[in-house]
Amino acid sequence: MNVRAHMSMLFHLDKCIGCHTCSIACKNLWTDRKGAEYMWWNNVETRPGTGYPVRWEDQKRFRGGWEFKDGKLRLRLHSRVTGLLKLFYNPSLPSLDDYYEPFTFRYQDLFNAPASDEQPTAVPISMVTGEPMEVQTGPNWDDDLGGSPVYARNDPNLEGLSAEVRRQLGELERLVFNYLPRICNHCLNPACVAACPSGAIYKRAEDGVVLVNENKCRAWRMCVAACPYKKVYYNWSTGKSEKCILCFPRLETGQAPACAHSCVGRIRYMGVLLYDADRIPGAAMVPDDQLVESQREAILDPFDPAVIAAAKANGIDEGWIKAAQDSPAYKFVKLWKLALPLHPEFRTMAMMFYIPPLSPVISVIEGELYKLDLSSDQRDFELFQRLDAARLPIRYLANLFTAGNERIIREVLTKLIAVRVYMRRKSVDGSLDDATAELLKQAGMTPELAEDIYKLTTQPTQAERFVIPPYHREMAVEALMDPLAHKGEAGLGYIQPPKRGE
Amino acid sequence: MKKWINEIYSPATRKWEEFYRNRFQHDKRVRTTHGVNCTGSCSWEVFVKDGIVTWELQATDYPQLEEGLPPYEPRGCQRGISFSWYLYSPIRVKYPYARGRLIDLWREARAHNADPVAAWESIVSDALLRKSYQFARGKGGFRRITWDEAEEIIAASVVYTIKKYGPDRVAGFSPIPAMSQISYASGSRFLSLLGGIVLSFYDWYSDLPPASPEVWGEQTDVHESADWYNARFIAVMGSNLNMTRTPDVHFVSEVRHAGAKLTVFSPDFSQVAKYADYWIPVHAGQDGAFWMAVNHVLLKEFYVDRQVPYFQDYLKRYTDMPFLVRVEGERPGKYLRANRLARYRDVENGDWKLLVWDQKSGSARMPKGTIGFRWAQKEPGKWNLEMRDGVNDEELDPELSFASAYDDVRMAACDDFAGGQTLWRPVPVRYVETEEGRVPVATVFDLAMAQFGVPRGLPGEIAVGYDDDVPYTPAWQEKFTGIHRDTLLRFAREWGANGEKTRGKNLVIIGAGANHWYHNNLIYRAAISALMLTGSVGVNGGGLAHYVGQEKLANQASWSAIAFASDWGVASRQQNTPSFHYVHSDQWRYERGFSVYDRLPAPYGANGKEHTIDYEIRAVRRGWLPFYPQFNRSSLEVVREALAQGAKSDTEIIQYVVSQLREKKLDFSVNDPDAPENWPRVWLIWRGNAIGTSAKGHEYFLKHYLGTHTNVIAPELAEGFAKEVAYHPQAPTGKLDLVVDLNFRMDTSALYSDIVLPAATWYEKDDLNTTDLHSFINPMQAAVPPAWESRSDWDIYKAIARKVSELARTHLPEPIKDVVMLPLQHDTPDELAQPEARDWAAGEVEAIPGKTMPKFRVVERNYAELYERMVSLGPGVEQHGVFAHGLAIPVKEEYQALAARQPRAYKGKIYPSLAEAREVAEAILALDPVSNGEVAARAFELEEHKTGLKLADLGEGQRDLRYSFSQIVAQPRRVLTAPTWSGIVNRGRAYSPFTLNVERLVPWRTLTGRQHFYLDHEGYLQWGEALPTYKPRPDHTMLDETQRSLALAQGKMLNFITPHGKWSIHSTYSENNRMMTLSRGGYPVWLNDKDAAELGIHDNDWVEVYNDNGVFVQRAIVSARIPSGTVFVYHATERTVGIPISPLRGTRAGMNNSLTRARLKPVLMSGGYAQFTYAFNYWGPTGVNRDTFVFVRKVEKPNY
Repeated sequence: MNVRAHMSMLFHLDKCIGCHTCSIACKNLWTDRKGAEYMWWNNVETRPGTGYPVRWEDQKRFRGGWEFKDGKLRLRLHSRVTGLLKLFYNPSLPSLDDYYEPFTFRYQDLFNAPASDEQPTAVPISMVTGEPMEVQTGPNWDDDLGGSPVYARNDPNLEGLSAEVRRQLGELERLVFNYLPRICNHCLNPACVAACPSGAIYKRAEDGVVLVNENKCRAWRMCVAACPYKKVYYNWSTGKSEKCILCFPRLETGQAPACAHSCVGRIRYMGVLLYDADRIPGAAMVPDDQLVESQREAILDPFDPAVIAAAKANGIDEGWIKAAQDSPAYKFVKLWKLALPLHPEFRTMAMMFYIPPLSPVISVIEGELYKLDLSSDQRDFELFQRLDAARLPIRYLANLFTAGNERIIREVLTKLIAVRVYMRRKSVDGSLDDATAELLKQAGMTPELAEDIYKLTTQPTQAERFVIPPYHREMAVEALMDPLAHKGEAGLGYIQPPKRGE
Repeated sequence: MKKWINEIYSPATRKWEEFYRNRFQHDKRVRTTHGVNCTGSCSWEVFVKDGIVTWELQATDYPQLEEGLPPYEPRGCQRGISFSWYLYSPIRVKYPYARGRLIDLWREARAHNADPVAAWESIVSDALLRKSYQFARGKGGFRRITWDEAEEIIAASVVYTIKKYGPDRVAGFSPIPAMSQISYASGSRFLSLLGGIVLSFYDWYSDLPPASPEVWGEQTDVHESADWYNARFIAVMGSNLNMTRTPDVHFVSEVRHAGAKLTVFSPDFSQVAKYADYWIPVHAGQDGAFWMAVNHVLLKEFYVDRQVPYFQDYLKRYTDMPFLVRVEGERPGKYLRANRLARYRDVENGDWKLLVWDQKSGSARMPKGTIGFRWAQKEPGKWNLEMRDGVNDEELDPELSFASAYDDVRMAACDDFAGGQTLWRPVPVRYVETEEGRVPVATVFDLAMAQFGVPRGLPGEIAVGYDDDVPYTPAWQEKFTGIHRDTLLRFAREWGANGEKTRGKNLVIIGAGANHWYHNNLIYRAAISALMLTGSVGVNGGGLAHYVGQEKLANQASWSAIAFASDWGVASRQQNTPSFHYVHSDQWRYERGFSVYDRLPAPYGANGKEHTIDYEIRAVRRGWLPFYPQFNRSSLEVVREALAQGAKSDTEIIQYVVSQLREKKLDFSVNDPDAPENWPRVWLIWRGNAIGTSAKGHEYFLKHYLGTHTNVIAPELAEGFAKEVAYHPQAPTGKLDLVVDLNFRMDTSALYSDIVLPAATWYEKDDLNTTDLHSFINPMQAAVPPAWESRSDWDIYKAIARKVSELARTHLPEPIKDVVMLPLQHDTPDELAQPEARDWAAGEVEAIPGKTMPKFRVVERNYAELYERMVSLGPGVEQHGVFAHGLAIPVKEEYQALAARQPRAYKGKIYPSLAEAREVAEAILALDPVSNGEVAARAFELEEHKTGLKLADLGEGQRDLRYSFSQIVAQPRRVLTAPTWSGIVNRGRAYSPFTLNVERLVPWRTLTGRQHFYLDHEGYLQWGEALPTYKPRPDHTMLDETQRSLALAQGKMLNFITPHGKWSIHSTYSENNRMMTLSRGGYPVWLNDKDAAELGIHDNDWVEVYNDNGVFVQRAIVSARIPSGTVFVYHATERTVGIPISPLRGTRAGMNNSLTRARLKPVLMSGGYAQFTYAFNYWGPTGVNRDTFVFVRKVEKPNY
């Protein structure tokens, strides 16, 4: 057992508002500068939809992630020709069209326009060229566009859905959308790291954060192509690649990443997961439908004395073990099995996790009238006894989160429903009936477990959502210099020391 | 692990990480918030680095409410977090600007006139010069000017206007004070001291739900969002919580996991629909029909088939359902008045005390709590909801229904407005011996049963089943809503069952999607009925949660004294803006009036040729609504005349005014709004987009107010319909002499103003901020000083006031008397003014000020000292206290303490200083019951005196609490329980409205003191709205806004819907680069996929949306999410950014309000009667805008 600690984020999609506050928190902090305008280290996608960059999940086009073939794991990017041959020409790289051309407006014309016969207006201009342009696309172009014949219908995750269900998704009966916030997955088996010819990308050993060393990056952009989530970006101004840094300067000071901090839907959780590095990449080398479970296996029980001993032997601080025990990530991912990785079939072993959403009951059109598709012997919350009557198809969610394994999606949704039914009986009827007891049993739950899930789902304070371990920066600093000396020098132009004659 | 998974521990090889650590370092973090017109009131931390605001993140230290409720943190949305972009952006107004043409004229005039007032006169009295700068409005040519010059022009125009026309030709508009209370107060205090017009906003925005004053006598009082978590069945209707309550919506997602059911009503699959168990796409604007049928089912299954004790008890105690109504005629009439009975003949205010049928004594009896008790002089202390006789205190047991024991059954006429028929339905009655003889009476409950068509086996009844297409069955509603009866029944039954099991934890969250329709009050009343029938109002987790723009100003008692300068004894000219704009911007001229689209039922509506403006005129002269300018002569001049005629006292001045009016020697301005002497002349705009997104009928504003270009092509139609108004064949254009805008961004209003003043942003000033969505008081603080030449609103108005005072020393040097015309006022004894609606001008009744006509107050203006008064808290507060909800709360000690702490000497006396915004904040906090426990305790003592109830305990535990500005800076502080509101929040309990009424028996401020199903004002009887009912939506043939467009351009006609958007808060943020980037770089037009296909429009095509009111050009989004037959443009676009030329009209296309027009609903003008008595932003017609039709067509290529 080779125990490592990892900082992981959870997204409770049932709670996501789709507000994009997270995206702007990130942009304000990290990518509001020349060359980074088009970057959204954190973005939110409407699903069904095509995402940013457009259809990023289509690996036939983008060739990101790993391929598991003949018992071997290989970068999809390099599977045909060797990486080296692609250094100067890489057709898998997304172009600006796949992202968007960042734009602004000539606002100052409103002040400066001379008197004329016509009201002035601020015309759109490119942030790259400064020239007038027509805005044709953006980083969130299909926002809220469930039911769009252009976007929703081209979601790669609709694969495997019947023609009839696809049709319904474009009609009142079943029209639906949800949101998918995305950051870098800080994978256990990151394709970007593997693809970098310069060795500029690394995983921080203490918390698993994947970083592009801006000093070492040589702009090969293999990482951009290899990342199946398209979460590494090329800064056209500095000539370096950049990506989500999980706000490590905030983590190191005990604060949640800005995207998580700013999450108004309170959907994000952050905590430590312990995992067994020896199981990697073996855990990624199983058939598709076993990927979620093999990854769960690789994540360890922080209360297990053997795990604790091995962790300590690997130099993991006690505070981190305590944080792992208090971690909401551990509870949702490992203990309750409610949180799932995004596209496990990419086999990068993504370490950010999603709790899939519930959705409204489908309907039928009778005559010209809208009617909820409920059976006549229905009791309340009937919807959830019949998962197939939810607007978001199971198959669709399975394509997103379980590499097609529908059983796991059903297990998760059944648990979420059981919590709701249990809480309703308790708070409205005052007692549990047999049907609810049976439902809990089916979901593999006890009333106590339902209470625990309920509380962490609805009640958590910031401190309960974000359990940030002690980073002991003094120890990291000490490896370089005396922390007392650092105390007196921190921030004094280390990156840009003063020069004579300026 | 493979070698290529590059894992690094070594800090030495990771030194470069400092690149990002350095970016994160900052110099300062400051708690502040955003003063935008939204209900967020979020606590933020702004990060300052190198003296520059770099980013913001939410503060997360809200105190927690009671155990079991999720915490509030974090609050703040995508809009708020993008604010820092504005500070240094190219759309920031950094310096004062003026239109070049005007500034040239001014400098020229000033060169010839040493006196600025004379200079102004020389420009505006020359018709050609005036026209020349008016026509330049909105068309570029801005010039940077100095503050000195700007202040001088503004002050000169103000002084000139006062002298020439009177002070009530200077108007000011600023919306929703709650989120930057001091900034709002800056201008309103200035205008109130001046005698200018303060324009309302809540009603104009159509955010005021008239149903709330109708049913509850309350402007609006709603749940803080944490209380949603106490609900167990939530119906969201016309409210897209994700978009508009972004920081609150988590309570909805969370309460589902606590076991609540959620049904979302919206014609589109809206964002909040994603959370729903049931999404019910009721056709746009037809929610009322759905709820009418829900009520039918509730009455049938929970009141006839069986009785639920909780519901029965609730209706008897807290609603007007047991009260007796006279039913002599075909239609039910007025409530039977207590003084008609021998037993109660001589009771005080006997016209205003009502009766129930007491089961014990078998007679009509007079319970306490009705409005006559509220304003009792002789015997106070009986205004409460104890069901006891108001004379002998005997306990009463009111009967809800006479169905099982009646003297007679009478057939009552029920109006089926959609079917165009009268239905005759049986009502059981009993006879009461009155001084007028034997009078048949029915309970409101029995009238409601007839109205809803619920069969009870009464003689003469036509049995109605759920499947019969008769009002208001589940089958009946199908044709309006498009919802199958089976779905309606399921909903109604679950609604009833949940109400029964949880004792009223049924919650309706409702908003603009319902409230912006013409018949919004009926939609609301239908839903409120379903809440009252399930005992849900006044219960934590139950009731009506209406959220559109109201943003509760928690400390309204102290704030309003400052904001409207009552500390200096002036009466503020508070104008309901819907009437103001409907009349002054001449929109009334373009329609045939209400009788085309809001017909009266048969006995009243025979004459279909009545015009809204005539009702407006009658409402003004009866004292129902305000109107300014008030007279066709200066109000200062009128007083001068009175004095010259020998008037010795204020009373004699008023007598003079009344006789002049009676003799028609003096006229109300509203009678002839197009005469130049009646125009508003100077318009000050701050904190809002008055010419843009707040301008329903924007293109009419451009034409008639501004006198510049316009895209209106509508014909004028009022002639022949309007009778009372003076009709000028030629409508005036360019009524306004000067338009000034205070702004931090160049929005549509700024672009069209004559002078633009650079205002400090929300990160550059101090202020106070509250909301109804949570119960904390938040500070706004300067993180950096006002950038460039900007100033806070408080400082800008101080500067203008100082300049006005300076010019006044020459032009208006002495104190001068002004007579202010005021409508009858809510929460005063004026509520008892008019037991019957009579018109003095028609000779139906004597003209008695304050009784049958407006009130008049004589006040003294002192223009030379206006500035000093503005910055000193006057003695009125010390002497009379602060006012709210009819309570005058003494604050003498607090006033004196303030004067000692922040003294300002003025003419040998020490006043509390208001010179600095922070001093104003301290005054507001110190003098209000919600932030000063001692004041709250005092207020409860007063309320005890009025009600005779024990209430003081509510103030006890909080008595020592006093909030100061530094305390709210340290952490948001929770408001205290106070009788100036209706919720009880002690010990962390979530605020739920009317819990004070339900639990402590404090009456609602209505006629019966209870919640009203029945409204017996003559207007409501005439319009057939006495009981909840359904009226169909006006169709396009009635609205006079599509005919010419149809003839000229053809195309597909669609209903134009403007819901609140995701990427802006009204227009603010909409052009912010962050929001533009995350949306579509514009203001897209959302179309249904099938409609679009029919029009040959694809996603992202440019389209033109137009009608006779104007035109709008943007790109299309196509989705099945949008209901067929409608076009959505998310509300509040600007015409400043990326707007092409309209191919159809050949000029720059406009904005969303280019397509709208104001239409007033006359029944909402009712006044002088209990809860139908005017208050600012509280009562009156609203600026509805959903009933608009447009054409859509494709545009090949945008041309800028």
